[in-house]
Amino acid sequence: MDEDFLRAVGVRVGLEIHQQLDTGRKLFCNCAVADPDEHPIKFSRRLRPAKSELGQTDPAALFEGAKSRTVQYSADPGSSCLVEQDEEPPHDPDPGAIQTAIIIATALHSDIFRELFTMRKTVVDGSNTSGFQRTMLVSQGGYYEAGGTRIGIQSVCLEEDAAKILDSTDKTRRYGLERLGVPLVEIATEPFEADAGRIRQTALALGRILRTTRRVRRGLGTIRQDVNISIRQSKTVIEVKGMQQLDMMQETVTYEAQRQHGLLAISEKINKAGGLHGGNFEVTCALQDCKSKIVSDALARQEHLLAILWKNMSGLFGFSPYPDVRLGRDAAELARTFGIGGVFHSDELPGYGIQDADVQKIREVARADAADAFLLLAAPEHKIHVIADSMVSRILDIAKGNIPADTRMATKSGQTRFLRPRPGAARMYPETDILPVIITDGDIRSAHALAPKSWDDSILQMQEKYGLNRQLAEQVFDSRYLPLFERLCMSEKSSPNFVASVLFSIITNLERKGLDRSRLSDDVVCDVFSMLDAGSIPKESVEVIFSRIMSGEPALDVLKSAASTMSDAELDAALQRIVDENVSIIQNQGAHASGPLMGIAMKSLRGKASGRKISDVLEKKIEKLL
Amino acid sequence: MNRHAGYFGRSLDLLERHDIDIGNTVRIDAGRIHRGIVMPRYESSTDLRLVIKLESGYNIGIEIDKIRHIQRLDNADGADICIRNMPSPRSRGRLADNAAANAAGTSTADTADTDTSGASADTPGILDTTRDALPNILLISTGGTIASSVDYRTGAVTPTLDAQQLYESMPELAEIANITSQVALSEYSENIIPADWLKIARAIADADTGKYSGIVVAHGTDTMHYTGSFLSFALAGFPIPIVLVGSQRSPDRASSDAAYNLVGAARLAAACNTPGVFVAMHHGSSDDIIACHTATRVRKMHTSRRDAFETIDGSPAFLIRDDTVTRNISKPFFADSSGFNPRIRLDTRVGLVKYYPGLEPAVIESMTSSGYRAIIFEGTGLGHIGRTMHQAVRHAAEKEMFLGMTSQCIYGRLRMTVYESGRDLAGLGVVPLDMLAETALVKAMWASGIATTPAQMHKLMLSETASEFSG
Repeated sequence: MDEDFLRAVGVRVGLEIHQQLDTGRKLFCNCAVADPDEHPIKFSRRLRPAKSELGQTDPAALFEGAKSRTVQYSADPGSSCLVEQDEEPPHDPDPGAIQTAIIIATALHSDIFRELFTMRKTVVDGSNTSGFQRTMLVSQGGYYEAGGTRIGIQSVCLEEDAAKILDSTDKTRRYGLERLGVPLVEIATEPFEADAGRIRQTALALGRILRTTRRVRRGLGTIRQDVNISIRQSKTVIEVKGMQQLDMMQETVTYEAQRQHGLLAISEKINKAGGLHGGNFEVTCALQDCKSKIVSDALARQEHLLAILWKNMSGLFGFSPYPDVRLGRDAAELARTFGIGGVFHSDELPGYGIQDADVQKIREVARADAADAFLLLAAPEHKIHVIADSMVSRILDIAKGNIPADTRMATKSGQTRFLRPRPGAARMYPETDILPVIITDGDIRSAHALAPKSWDDSILQMQEKYGLNRQLAEQVFDSRYLPLFERLCMSEKSSPNFVASVLFSIITNLERKGLDRSRLSDDVVCDVFSMLDAGSIPKESVEVIFSRIMSGEPALDVLKSAASTMSDAELDAALQRIVDENVSIIQNQGAHASGPLMGIAMKSLRGKASGRKISDVLEKKIEKLL
Repeated sequence: MNRHAGYFGRSLDLLERHDIDIGNTVRIDAGRIHRGIVMPRYESSTDLRLVIKLESGYNIGIEIDKIRHIQRLDNADGADICIRNMPSPRSRGRLADNAAANAAGTSTADTADTDTSGASADTPGILDTTRDALPNILLISTGGTIASSVDYRTGAVTPTLDAQQLYESMPELAEIANITSQVALSEYSENIIPADWLKIARAIADADTGKYSGIVVAHGTDTMHYTGSFLSFALAGFPIPIVLVGSQRSPDRASSDAAYNLVGAARLAAACNTPGVFVAMHHGSSDDIIACHTATRVRKMHTSRRDAFETIDGSPAFLIRDDTVTRNISKPFFADSSGFNPRIRLDTRVGLVKYYPGLEPAVIESMTSSGYRAIIFEGTGLGHIGRTMHQAVRHAAEKEMFLGMTSQCIYGRLRMTVYESGRDLAGLGVVPLDMLAETALVKAMWASGIATTPAQMHKLMLSETASEFSG
């Protein structure tokens, strides 16, 4: 991360952590939290934006509404019911989830409200069947320690998770309902100055506080974080979603800060040049004979072509104050969210098959002179003006020196792309189906009693209980394997260090080889350890068994065949054969022959008997021969 | 609206002392500093907390004991916001309303007056955006979820939106028909009484059937099939379709079924050209097909699903998918083809008695002695009530009351000749009515309002008027 740059523009970031709670049920119904293989129930809906109780319509809702897509839902009866289908009013909120949220708020020294109102937060992308996400503000304020610094907390909310997107096209989106309604807490930190390492440390420490409650779900997708990013010169806070990878965070923050700072630089240039919107011009006829594949394809689809004229702005759409920060790119990103691929700006033309003659025709229709720029847009007639208007108002906003308030998505390459306008207060209205929840003094007292120990205390306790070193204890506690680890360690025969090494080196190594961890259920892991305890398999078999299951062999078959280890007589016979075949080695090397012979034996006998036993029998046979 | 709706006792006192109204922006020091808008309170709960909407949009409850300082912020900081959709005087939770009003030192009547004047601002005139080529539809609003929004006093959903607002929020209606809107009532359907049926029926009877191609009635779903049945009998022969429409999810949410149902109802009213009374609602859970049911054969069969309405023992009369209307019925809805014969009358002295083991005959006796004109039984199975009831039934028959039998099984035909008990009842004068219990009840109220002799009543009840008989 470029420290000097971040300091110079005064980048501040705030984290929003979304952590699923492990309460065994959904927030507003009794459905189990599960991952179904099939979705037998299917239905489709169309959402339309509604006004808030203050009579305003949320910009994000209008934006999604303009796209007007059909949403298809797939559900299975094991993990969802009529509540998730928006066919039944929500039940009372899960008391366990409320208690957990209060415990977490207590651990963060946050000020808990004594009356919690469930609100509806408008979400019309289809990820909530109701058209809103139910959420309650539990507390405000507070702090926690991360790497010796105090990080302020803005708020703790308890909310329901959204449905999981299965796929999306221009016209429809498909969601699965299993995740909809899973309770999660959203914790927002106060903004802090971004410096290398600090964001990562802050996120890690917060995640650890959550895990020490032992009431949160672990594993992939159970914790998500959004990052709010702003720079000193602007009041706008940009929400960046999908920053799961702590490693990518710093790169993404730098890009986003550059983008914001870059937009201000672009704005300055526009003003200096006296740039202004010169109107929109239909150029469908003018480009009838255009050779560009993108244009001719659009015409073949009966789409319209529109030129948006920008007076005195030649060169400004391609101007790049930072790598990959350009006004042209910004406009194209917006168009893409409407499902429109083809947006060109005059600074990149002629190009993409659009000839100089085509450009001249556009300039004629739009009466553009050399100092002017234009955007060229192809889209179906019914939405081309909605898209053009969105682009114009966005560029005018930037020209005024504003950074448009976006919700953006982190990309894999460490950049951000436009998702939708950032929603405001107009998206909130009361959930009238649910009474307010009263938090009593007793609730607060019991939350204090149940609030987790500090991270250090929790780790120390792990170390003492299981005899692990600090690093391993932290690794266990941070991982999704904690509950499994504790379950396996209940057997006195399994040493905690061995259990940890199986979970963290064997399974992790197999995963790194590309094998599929999800095939290995916790129950199967426990079965393998019981077989070990019973002596029916040797330790060496564990890796072989896991590897076969993770490669796709049915777990039951693998366990069955593994259990059939060699009898002593079979082992004796097999080793005798090896000794007989290698008499020359024994005669040449004497007792040292046990090394190479052991190698040969293990090749064929691994997993069928313990290494110790093979070695014992082998040595006796060599001695006997000598 | 009431300046302090929902506040009473200590919280009301605090607001009054600081000259703060609902909708004002305030700054509150309660250990932490909060800025937000004072919201109306759930009147049924406590006087110990204020509800504030924070700038983030979240509502929170602040304990007044913790408030060290409260200050109204004037327009410079936050313009006072007018909160729309305030409750109508007849909303749910009337008891609590009285309590709050009394605590506030005003009489209930004052509260009601205030609210009514607030609501009258919403009362529409006629909205006409005539386009020559399109058919005309009259949209009569009676209230219900389809015309409702959030009530900040009770926290529940209240009927407040009028037909004009519905029309504005569903612009696609403009492509189907020219819509004239009219408000007849603003009530949840559980509050609708037979006197309201008369009001609705008269409004429809007065409509210009030369101008309109159909009538759409926006109605709460709970008793929509009762109203639909009454209109079917009282407006027999009405020349243009009457389509009742409701919604199971209020229009203040993005997932509401109101728009789809209303668009379906409007399409039917504009295009089906079939006299009759129908109920238009979702056919399944998806926003794709709207089913239009025969109003005398339909029943609400689920508390909450969008497709709660079902034509019992039959298919919906029409199915509407996008702009295609599919007809499933062949026989005319009204039995009498001689034209419009409005008989908008009723007598509510009719009882609907669901038989159950242990039912006290005194229930019947008390109806008999109170001058009831008819009793509709919701009997068991094929149409039975236990022998303990025989004596009371005999007394009722002696008073020349009309006694009709329907089945609580809901599905299937009635047949009182299969078992001895059915024959005994028939012998006592109980008449089998092969129709839904609710339809039979409404028909008996209507027939009681018309018939002057027991024989006339009997004849009216047994002759088909509006496709009410099964099969």
